[in-house]
Amino acid sequence: MTERPLDVTLPGFADPVGQAQACFRAVLDAMARPGTLVRAGEGLVPPAPLDPATGAVLLSLVDHDTPLWLDPGMQPARDWIAFHCGAGFANQPVCASFVLAQKLPDLTRLSPGTHEQPETAATLILQVDSLTDGARYRLRGPGLRTFGMLSARGLPDDFAAIWQRNRAGFPLGVDLVLCAGTTLAALPRSVTVERVT
Amino acid sequence: MPAETPHNARRHWMAVLARAAADELAAGLAAHGGVPVYQCLRGPESGLVMVRGRAGGGGAPFNLGEMTVTRCTVRTADGQIGHAYVRGRDARQAELAAALDALLQDPVRGAALHAGVIVRLAAEQAAGRSETARKAAATKVQFFAMRNMRAA
Repeated sequence: MTERPLDVTLPGFADPVGQAQACFRAVLDAMARPGTLVRAGEGLVPPAPLDPATGAVLLSLVDHDTPLWLDPGMQPARDWIAFHCGAGFANQPVCASFVLAQKLPDLTRLSPGTHEQPETAATLILQVDSLTDGARYRLRGPGLRTFGMLSARGLPDDFAAIWQRNRAGFPLGVDLVLCAGTTLAALPRSVTVERVT
Repeated sequence: MPAETPHNARRHWMAVLARAAADELAAGLAAHGGVPVYQCLRGPESGLVMVRGRAGGGGAPFNLGEMTVTRCTVRTADGQIGHAYVRGRDARQAELAAALDALLQDPVRGAALHAGVIVRLAAEQAAGRSETARKAAATKVQFFAMRNMRAA
């Protein structure tokens, strides 16, 4: 059996254990306080089109036990992800534990988990253009005493309605990690989203 | 003997490199153009791998035990990628073995390096193995007497 050699030109984390733990902690904090911007992936140089935060989240969370589905736009980074994460790739989005995308995919095509095991739902890692400007959303839910705010450029105009449908199936549903540059924010399935501007 | 494809040739030299000590690898590199300019893509990093076996080579697989392995992947300035997995925790050995693996794939330097380093290391390792086998063979017990008694 001869497989195509992987085309990898860039290293992963310089300090794999320390940096993966730091990024894991950043994702935990972001999930616990929806909408909060946290820093991740500083010093990491992933291949295009990945941003440092996106690459760091992949290196920290994805491995051979968690099938990953790639949006067609993310295919150029496939070899780097395969080499550094040891990731297995899913052919269908519904089979994936993690979904990596640049454009919001149809959330109803992702695994929402089961009532016995809602934790098996897919986590969507979505790279957006910016988390500091763009459309503004007001967030409510666990982890937010009153409400939180999120700005994002690169989400569809009807994102609040799409998220509402994802929220309606709670405790089933998809969790979302938004990455841009070296920052990330998270929307767990428990949060409700309302567009402000 | 398997056909001499590039794949098999590489498998052979990677095995030879994995069995060679760091100093032998460094000496081989120094004698053939020195250590190349390279970047570590991964590692060197140590970890455990589970070694599995099959009783008699054909039985059900079982876990024999874990062993420490160090791996490294480097990319030379020319774009060749070299991998190494070596037994133990010697990071320098893994890094040098990966650098040599990358250089051996180089169409220009590869052949000379193979002739100068791999062939010699392979011969030394084969000599070491046959020496061990010779010493072990001297202690082998032949149960002639018992077999003859049963036959009688």
